[in-house]
Amino acid sequence: MLHVAYLMPLLPLAGFAVLLLVGRRMGDPWAGWLATASVTGAFVVACVVFAGLLGRPAGPDREFTQILFTWIPVGALQVKAALLIDPLSMTMALFVTGVSALIHLYSIGYMKDDKDYPKFFLYLNLFVASMLVLVLANNLLFTFVGWEGVGVCSYWLIAFWFERDSAATAGKKAFIYNRIGDAGFLVAMFLIFDKTGTLDYRGVFAHLGAFGPGAATAVCLLLLLAAAGKSAQIPLFPWLADAMEGPTPVSALIHAATMVTAGVYLLCRMSPMLALSPDARIVIASLGAVTAFVAATIACAQQDIKKVLAYSTISQLGYMFLAVGTGAYEAAIFLMVAHAFFKGLLFLGSGSVIHGLDGEQNLKRMGNLRRYLPLTFVTFTIAWLAIAGIPPLSGFWAKGDILDNAFARFPALWAIGLVTAALTAYYMSRLGALAFYGGDRWEEALSGKGGNGGATGHAHSPHESPVVMLVPLVVLAFLAFFGGALALPWHPSFDPLGWLAPVFGSALYNAHLTGSTEWVLGVVDSVVALGGLGVAMRLWVRNPERPELEPVFLAKSWRIDDLYDAAIGRPGASLARFTAVVIDDQVIDGAVRGIARLTGATGAGLRRIQTGFVRQYALWIVVGVVGLLAFMLTRAWP
Amino acid sequence: MIPDLATAVDQTLKLPHIDYLSILPELILLGGALLVLLVSSLRRRMMTPGAAAGWTVLISGAALIAALVQWHEVSAHGPKVEVAGAVAYDGFSVLVNVLVSSALILTALVAEGWLQRERMAGPELHVLMMVSAMGAMVMGAADDLIVVFLGLEILSISLYVLAAFNTRRAESGEAALKYFVLGGFSSAVFLYGIALVYGATGTTNLPQIANFLAQNVILHNGLLLAGIALLLAGFGFKVAAVPFHLWTPDVYQGSPTPVTGFMAAVAKVGGFAALLRVFVSSFGLLRADWQPAVWVLAALTLLAGALMALVQRDIKRMLAYSSINHAGFVLLGLEAATSRGVSSSLYYLFVYTFMVIGAFAVVGVVGGQGDSRHDIDNYRGLGSKRPWLAASLAVLLMAQAGIPFTTGFLAKLEVISAAVAAHSTVLAVVAMLSAGIAAFFYLRVIILMYVPTQPDDGAVALPETDDLGLPRFAMAGALPGTLDASAHAAGLEGAGVTADSSAGASSDAEAQDADVVPAEVVPGDVTPADVVPVGVAIAIGLCLAVTVVFGIAPGPVVDFAHKATLLF
Repeated sequence: MLHVAYLMPLLPLAGFAVLLLVGRRMGDPWAGWLATASVTGAFVVACVVFAGLLGRPAGPDREFTQILFTWIPVGALQVKAALLIDPLSMTMALFVTGVSALIHLYSIGYMKDDKDYPKFFLYLNLFVASMLVLVLANNLLFTFVGWEGVGVCSYWLIAFWFERDSAATAGKKAFIYNRIGDAGFLVAMFLIFDKTGTLDYRGVFAHLGAFGPGAATAVCLLLLLAAAGKSAQIPLFPWLADAMEGPTPVSALIHAATMVTAGVYLLCRMSPMLALSPDARIVIASLGAVTAFVAATIACAQQDIKKVLAYSTISQLGYMFLAVGTGAYEAAIFLMVAHAFFKGLLFLGSGSVIHGLDGEQNLKRMGNLRRYLPLTFVTFTIAWLAIAGIPPLSGFWAKGDILDNAFARFPALWAIGLVTAALTAYYMSRLGALAFYGGDRWEEALSGKGGNGGATGHAHSPHESPVVMLVPLVVLAFLAFFGGALALPWHPSFDPLGWLAPVFGSALYNAHLTGSTEWVLGVVDSVVALGGLGVAMRLWVRNPERPELEPVFLAKSWRIDDLYDAAIGRPGASLARFTAVVIDDQVIDGAVRGIARLTGATGAGLRRIQTGFVRQYALWIVVGVVGLLAFMLTRAWP
Repeated sequence: MIPDLATAVDQTLKLPHIDYLSILPELILLGGALLVLLVSSLRRRMMTPGAAAGWTVLISGAALIAALVQWHEVSAHGPKVEVAGAVAYDGFSVLVNVLVSSALILTALVAEGWLQRERMAGPELHVLMMVSAMGAMVMGAADDLIVVFLGLEILSISLYVLAAFNTRRAESGEAALKYFVLGGFSSAVFLYGIALVYGATGTTNLPQIANFLAQNVILHNGLLLAGIALLLAGFGFKVAAVPFHLWTPDVYQGSPTPVTGFMAAVAKVGGFAALLRVFVSSFGLLRADWQPAVWVLAALTLLAGALMALVQRDIKRMLAYSSINHAGFVLLGLEAATSRGVSSSLYYLFVYTFMVIGAFAVVGVVGGQGDSRHDIDNYRGLGSKRPWLAASLAVLLMAQAGIPFTTGFLAKLEVISAAVAAHSTVLAVVAMLSAGIAAFFYLRVIILMYVPTQPDDGAVALPETDDLGLPRFAMAGALPGTLDASAHAAGLEGAGVTADSSAGASSDAEAQDADVVPAEVVPGDVTPADVVPVGVAIAIGLCLAVTVVFGIAPGPVVDFAHKATLLF
């Protein structure tokens, strides 16, 4: 059953190929259905492979490498295009394909009537194929192929409505920030290859002895740079908020559920490497905690519904980094999966709201939508409570797991995490209050303003979305609600998180807290979450205008863009201008022109020899002969 | 070491044993030439237009087949010396035979189109080409300096006549005369070189020279080295190495275009074949002495060819300089003086032949009636007017520039890596630089063909070279009796911008002068109505096929050149 694994990336890739060839002819909605079918197929295959893996006894047997072909055979560098099927990659593959299938389905409705409808699904399918390559690859370089593939798809999809300047700019911004991370990935690969002579994960882990503490820390920090770029952590996080310029399903799929978790996945995959460097782990954990806190504060002051969710995503990813740094890889993956469910759901719900309001994204122009979009409201609320950490929803368990481990290992970071949890409940409830409670403030949105989503229909009141969009909401709501059940200690034989343990081996840290401590921490978490929720509802349901609670510093995301602009952007632009105007125009082009002039002048000069007179030609022959003779005779009598 | 008289007499009386297969291609060409000549004299009507070309293709095809049989034979039994030591029968000579007969087939196809366009009846053109080609084969096979000279003269004398073939164009006659005068001069130099070598070694036989040098240490070998210098000068003239190259642009421009192609290919192949054989096999032991000289010749040839080609407006002159540049590349292989060098030179000659014949075939078509449209401006917009012609020329020029996936790239790579392997790094760098310069003028033509709106050369070429036309033809200098003082003064002191206007034929020369006739005045442009004759189309197609197919899959030709060198 494991041998069908290659179909997982292949099916979406085939979908991409078909759409590339005949997508335009298939048009709306068949292109969307084809794309959805191909991804659903991949999901089915993933289930089959998963079942096959479960059928094997736990331990080293639950690992299977499928070699597709030898990709780069260059001397010592033998890179194969091969898939590594193990509990970690299959967990990723399952939720990636599952969530992707749902979001594809949703997009059929959301993107309806868009002029580039087939192109959207073409990119989406290519994205899923790349993402699967990323998580299934058995070596770093093949992972990097997927890594770059998702990066470029993300760029295309953020800038999908590239006629809008802001979208085009946001696409470029995302791409450039990601390139910085990619550089880290590349250098890390070089170092690893230099030390171990292989890029194969298993091969690298077998040669970990080759790394000294310095080299290991360097590699880990470079990998952290890569992960920070892809997963939008400090200092590379600003791109994710701008990425919300893309269509909402893209935000849900790429910028919440799947691609942005690639950084966390990479660090989890390289866990034996991280185990070598405690320093790097502290850096990762601190970076995660700080990012979680900073992003949460920013989310408190945003007015755009998608921006709130974007910063929330950054914050949640920060939790995952905290978990990775702690060594609680299982907890990181658990939150990643739970987050994929509830954040995907939040984005799809917000998409439904935006769709219902003809493209309005400003929270201040919503309000009381629970009356008009009942199903959206119910599903959205489940996700909201889940992310806020209200028991017994999935978010509570996932976040609790991380905080427990942090408490045991880095109490200071646990404190930051706890504050962030309160903020999380607060900003999510603020969002919920502004969007679904209070008075009707959406007239302006519906008074004929052009939409920026796929929605173009004119309604006099907000309208509920079509069925294709609602089905994914319901499914995800179900998962977001019950997802936490995965972590409960049901029975020793059923331990869904434990099945990941063999992948991490000794690198895994599992805090063994006493039962009572665990209970106390759980209660604290719940109290904090409920407190945040209560405060926000009190503040925001009645009065949506509270500028004192939305300081500009936070609304402008700690002025980080200004800082980068002043520190890097403007000097960089000046340097580029200098290079273009002075170095390129004058020095390089000048040299080129000079050489051209010189050669031309030489040619023109030489041409004087070419007089057309035979006697002169003969003279030159004589000169040549005499020259040759003279030279040869110097050889004869040295 | 002088063979005693009795033996010599004995040999002259006794007919040497001859393996006729070893000289079969030469015999076929000679017999074929005589046959065509005979038939056209006795039964003029049998020589309808096209018939001579058909005969030539058949005859050279037979020569090609004979050469391939020879290849089989040589591969099986190894190299031999035939006809009493006069002729070498080895991979090297067979490769030359193959190459020359292929070139002959292609040129016959091209020439027929030209003859019909110019309304000339001329089996003689074909006959002369066959004889000339035979001379090149003799040069490739010659194992004796006297035989080399024999081949050289057979090749050259036919070429002098061929250059003059278009009796309606004064330039044609002028080209022939210049070629003849200078050719005679350099033949004399060459012959004197043979005499000196004979004086120093007592033999003209190449293996015996090598033996002599291996067995004797000459303390004062000035005589021998002077002989070598003169031989090098003589060969240098034939292969158009700088500074013996000055005839090339004038002769290439004046000759009928198919003849130019033939000359550029076959004369160079013959000259280089003999040059490589003489220098590497006979004077190989003295390589330390002649290598620096060849180094200088190669460097000059590479650079001067490329630099001078830059400033040409006439495409035939440009290609003439480009062929000089190519000669420099072949000299790289000689300078290396290793078996790898020889094999890379052979490979270069092989691919060069097809590129140059194809390019001149296209130029011949574009040139139109009377060879009147050779200005670079005539190529402006060719890409849209004549897409196939333009595409063919573009590919052939890119191959000459050495762009990958053409044979030209690998050829340059081979000679340069041979030079580097022989530690001639500086020369290799010079070669690469010259290739960089050369790319400019090849690409300029391609750009003009496809971007017709490109402003006149100013932007593409070099801004300050406004005087692109020089007195390319000053008949006066060539013709005794017109050498009056004014012409003399003008020629020498006019800083190269005065045409000699005193001679009868120089009115034509004046018209060629772009100073007098500005570039914009283009005598008619190429039109879609100009048909490409079938033969020419086939020839261009074959050249393209060789250039591209062996550019992508170079294996067979590389092996061929390599084996030819091994069986040397």
